[in-house]
Amino acid sequence: MSHLLEVRDAAKSFGGVVANENISIDVPEGKIIGLIGPNGSGKTTLFNSIVGYHPIDSGSIKFSGKELTQLRVPQIARMGLLRTFQQTRIYGGMNCVQNLMISTPTRNESLRAMFRPIPPEVTEQAEELLEFVGLYNKRWLLAGDLSFGQQKLLEFAMALMNKPKMLLLDEPTAGINPTLINGIIDRLKLANAELGITLLVIEHNMRVIMNLAEHIYCLAHGQLLAEGVPKDIQHDQRVIDAYLGAN
Amino acid sequence: MNSSLKTLLSIGLGLFILTAPLLFPNYQTQLAVLWLMVLLALTWDIMGGQMGYNSFGNIVYFGVGMYTTAVIQRGLFFNVDEYASMAGGTESQLSLLDYLLSLGLGLASGALLCVVLAVVLGAGILGLRGHYFAICTLGLGIAAGEIASGWDFLGAGSGLVTPLFPETFFGRGIFFYYFFLILAAVSFVVLRYLYSERFGLAINAVRDDEDKAESMGLYTTRYKTIAWSVAAVFLALAGGAYGNLIGFIDPMDVAFAGPTLGVWMVLMAILGGKGTLWGPVIGATIFHITQELFWTYLLGWQRVALGLLIIIIVVFFPRGILGWIREQWPERFGQQVDGEEQR
Ligand SMILES: Nc1ncnc2c1ncn2[C@@H]1O[C@H](COP(=O)(O)OP(=O)(O)O)[C@@H](O)[C@H]1O
Ligand SMILES: [Mg+2]
Repeated sequence: MSHLLEVRDAAKSFGGVVANENISIDVPEGKIIGLIGPNGSGKTTLFNSIVGYHPIDSGSIKFSGKELTQLRVPQIARMGLLRTFQQTRIYGGMNCVQNLMISTPTRNESLRAMFRPIPPEVTEQAEELLEFVGLYNKRWLLAGDLSFGQQKLLEFAMALMNKPKMLLLDEPTAGINPTLINGIIDRLKLANAELGITLLVIEHNMRVIMNLAEHIYCLAHGQLLAEGVPKDIQHDQRVIDAYLGAN
Repeated sequence: MNSSLKTLLSIGLGLFILTAPLLFPNYQTQLAVLWLMVLLALTWDIMGGQMGYNSFGNIVYFGVGMYTTAVIQRGLFFNVDEYASMAGGTESQLSLLDYLLSLGLGLASGALLCVVLAVVLGAGILGLRGHYFAICTLGLGIAAGEIASGWDFLGAGSGLVTPLFPETFFGRGIFFYYFFLILAAVSFVVLRYLYSERFGLAINAVRDDEDKAESMGLYTTRYKTIAWSVAAVFLALAGGAYGNLIGFIDPMDVAFAGPTLGVWMVLMAILGGKGTLWGPVIGATIFHITQELFWTYLLGWQRVALGLLIIIIVVFFPRGILGWIREQWPERFGQQVDGEEQR
């Protein structure tokens, strides 16, 4: 059976540093899949390779059966494969509503559409999504004036506004106030269940990923160390060693 | 402010703007140039302010528009050699209709050529970011001036004389005052529309984080090219008319006037507040009036005074006059600073 995302033997080195070595992962449509591993194990690098941020040295990456390795970042995004950034990227000089209004899908944007007024539905949708992530009261604030956690929520809302088929989230709970983390988990699950968005989530917090993912891949030193359902991963001695060894 | 007082002031200012060249017949050219300055600052700000791409090469479109218009005007009625021997039309008079037709055709051709040029140049350099882009555009401006100075067809270094304005009941100063007033007003209205819709959000997104915009699938290259083309159209029209107003095109001092107009357009936008709609208008007005006063009262020192003015702008108003006002009273700009419900 074919998967929405198929990574086969992807390898990426930076000079002498081998960041990814023959990684293969599968993400079936409609699921939430986790990607864990100690710091520097190559998780973000794998995300970057998937979305076309840099070419891979060898291997293949397929999305909806189409090879991505020759495509550029915006082309891949327009296929419905989006990512959020570990360092969080938003448009700081624009308010929250504007951040969302410019995040609509551009799949078939015509030249004329670039000059046309923003339809009222778009504004409504933007406000609904801000409500969904709990930023409605802040909607007229400049995104650059939000706290880090709020910016993470805004970035998530921007991704949803784009109606992707699949979303890669790079540490969605890192740097967020622990009392808000459950809220984020709920919203990720909702986005998956209600909007049908397939999720691949990098997460450092074990409790979060155990709660969220149906299947987990664990990287260490650029290699795939283990994979399986959360329960097995939790008790896998190699995973425990990798995490303990890293600390 | 009291709203009826506001209306009264607006009407007064409007009337003054409409009648200024009649009230001050000796200053018609300077008044026309005021609107040119406004247009230069407004069009620079499309890229420099709203999109975060500091261009020092916009003057290219101004110069190309100027030469194209003049060459078309010349070509329509004169044979090139004959034109040179007549000292460039100074000894021949066109009828008003011929003059206007040739000017219109010249301006249209200049605008068209500049859009093509913007697309071609854009494909080459709009992929560059930050300082690389700025330096590259600086090179474009210099190169354009050099090419024009060496091209005999354009009169090379000795320049080109534009057709004489026909004798009618109104003079050249009046005609070009209203021409530049209308052109500046049209560019203002067009930009106000574009900035308030998707186009404005897109180029603001490019300014704030172009990598993010790309990762969201935005057609960044298209938006950047359009932004540059819009600036190019207005600059070409302004250049074509300015050549006719001045009457003589010098490749370095009038057409590709990088060290003067080319730098001023940047300064005026920064002075008023780049990235805002009114900033360039306010900046250009203050800059132009100050500069004219320097010429009148500080002759011999006007360049020094201008240099000082530039330093004062950069040191004390790094975000411009409007940027500064906005920092003081953000609520007045519909911008919210706390989480409370407003607006
Ligand atoms: N652009 C880059 N240039 C050089 N080295 C890089 C680059 N990106 C990542 N690396 C290196 O690759 C390794 C994996 O990094 P990364 O993928 O960010 O890990 P993780 O996200 O799992 O913490 C690290 O050793 C990092 O220093
Ligand atoms: Mg990382």
